[in-house]
Amino acid sequence: MEMSTPVKAPLSLESLPQRQHATVAAIDWAHLSTPEARRLRELGFDEGVGVEVLHRASLGKGPIACRIGRMTVALRRAVAGAIFVSPVPQ
Amino acid sequence: MAASPLVALVGNPNAGKSALFNALTGARQKVGNYPGVTVERHSGKLALPDGRIVELVDLPGAYSLEPSSPDERVTRDVVTGAQSGERLPDALIVVVDAANLDNHLRFALQLIALRLPVVVALNMIDLAERDGLTLDPAILSKELGVPVMPTVAVRRRGLDELKAKLGGLIDETAAIRLRPSDPAIGPMIEEDIVTLQRRARKIAVAATVSEAPVRRWTHALDSVALHPVFGVLLLMVILFTMFQAVFSWATVPADAISAGFAWAQGAIRASLPVSPLRSLLTDGLIAGVGAVIVFLPQILILFAFILVLEASGYMVRAAFLMDRVMASVGLSGRAFIPLLSSFACAVPGIMATRTIEDEKDRLTTILIAPLMTCSARLPVYTLVIGALIPNRQVLPFIGLQGVVMFALYILGLVGAFGAALVLRRTVTKGVSSGFMMEMPKYQLPRLRDVAIGLWSRAELFLKRAGTTIALTIVLLWALASYPVAPAGQKQSEYSIAGRIASGIEVVVRPIGFNHDIALALLPAMAAREAAVAAIATVYSIDNPDDAQGDGQLRRNLQARWSLPTALAFLMWFVFAPQCISTIAVTRRETNGWKWPAFMVGYLFALAYIAAGATYWAAIGLGL
Repeated sequence: MEMSTPVKAPLSLESLPQRQHATVAAIDWAHLSTPEARRLRELGFDEGVGVEVLHRASLGKGPIACRIGRMTVALRRAVAGAIFVSPVPQ
Repeated sequence: MAASPLVALVGNPNAGKSALFNALTGARQKVGNYPGVTVERHSGKLALPDGRIVELVDLPGAYSLEPSSPDERVTRDVVTGAQSGERLPDALIVVVDAANLDNHLRFALQLIALRLPVVVALNMIDLAERDGLTLDPAILSKELGVPVMPTVAVRRRGLDELKAKLGGLIDETAAIRLRPSDPAIGPMIEEDIVTLQRRARKIAVAATVSEAPVRRWTHALDSVALHPVFGVLLLMVILFTMFQAVFSWATVPADAISAGFAWAQGAIRASLPVSPLRSLLTDGLIAGVGAVIVFLPQILILFAFILVLEASGYMVRAAFLMDRVMASVGLSGRAFIPLLSSFACAVPGIMATRTIEDEKDRLTTILIAPLMTCSARLPVYTLVIGALIPNRQVLPFIGLQGVVMFALYILGLVGAFGAALVLRRTVTKGVSSGFMMEMPKYQLPRLRDVAIGLWSRAELFLKRAGTTIALTIVLLWALASYPVAPAGQKQSEYSIAGRIASGIEVVVRPIGFNHDIALALLPAMAAREAAVAAIATVYSIDNPDDAQGDGQLRRNLQARWSLPTALAFLMWFVFAPQCISTIAVTRRETNGWKWPAFMVGYLFALAYIAAGATYWAAIGLGL
């Protein structure tokens, strides 16, 4: 069996530490409903755009507030879980 | 005379469009409706520097030309000339938030592609500068191929330049007018949103001279407002203050209004001989309309709070905090805003559900909105509680009357959440909808914008009091006054209204309602607060020699109603859909009679069961 180099588990916006700058690496569109996907695009979610988790509504399940570009957007965690990010060293 | 040129104000939500509209048109505004849809049409007159008058229409905010709500559909249809009842605009003012160019330019690019004459208002440029963002309007103009005017709507900066540019645009007779059917327009509108977004970002970068981290103030405020603990506490304090204000601040103006109507009644009694006309004026019109207008201060205070919360940007934060709770009954945080507005009145509340994209989510919110304790229930609650609930302390500083009032509010909420839970599992079944919302930056609400909003609400309310309620009362007065009862018989039973009420009484007797209540239920259909007016009218027809005023009405209730009856009556008003306007707006918003019929049915059933259960429980407890 061929040895593969260890792959880091992809980091989603849901688990991105608060205030850690990142860029959108990929969006798992298949996990989103059509209107959700469209709204996400309209709010500016796209590969390469700067993103950051600003606030979490409550421990556990509530929505999160994140910065995307220059805008602040509220998202549910399920949607945030479909957005993969790569942290930007600060 | 040819119609004045039409200019449409169009842009993203939160671009400061309405503030710009208010600044450009001032008080010369008209609120109408687009035919066939319930989207409000805000229009106003604007004088250009050369004296020409232009009609300015403020289109609903949208993210793109691909609509996901009825509001956004109107915006698309107006700018493509497909909206019935609206001409194709002669020019567009595209409003963009200077601090949020990369997003707002995408919609601007779509609009420019329509090839109507366009001027871009680079709005809120002061806030962008405060945020450390320096922009070059000339570069932006070159990249977009249309004129760009920096503006600060709330400080009236750049408005004259914008108007001058608009004059030039309207003169551009050479402008190529594309028909909506023109095949060339399709591909431009449907250009891939991602491609457009990338182009928009490129242009934004080109026009940005320097940039600093964004919105420090908003972030600092949000760390409190969105905090899992402090944020929720803050929301509770705000809501508590709001309801406290509604009850305490309104007393003085309400007493003044009530004194004014009492004075008018006295003056007419003194100057007219006893006649049916005098009775109609004093017992019918003044007593009835007065009983309703007394609530204007409360309604205005409630709306003032809601307008300020909206304009400051806080409302979206409240929705954010409430999302989890709302999700537990199958709704989204977005439903919180319409439901909170429904505490003032379900009609604007139901209209505010238009921002909810998911159809079933929206429908559920509409169906439960009438359960929020609207201000029209206040007169009924206040009167009955004041008359029949003993005014004693249950705890230091906490009176029994206040507890009952609070319990009625809570009961409405519990009923609404319970109903949502059941509806989402049955008639409005579907996958739980999402919650995705832009959170605008905080802004100090402009007194002028709040005043304009309040004025239009007051106008609507007074119009309703002057038409629907006045007509109902006159009709009721006539039905309750004729035929005149022979000596020894009660007028309220012998009259036509009395006989109709006797028919209703058969149905409501089992839940403890008496003849007076049966009589009040019919006019209360027109508007809940008319129940108070109706009871007042009937008692004053029965006893024309009674002293007038609140005190007399209270004594009459104490003499004729038992405590179980009063409790059942209150319970009825928590649930019953007694409001024609709500039913009408539900029909408009759901495009048919199916859902309003369903709503009326389930709410009446709930009301009947709740009132009956309360009555018999109270009897059983020996109250």
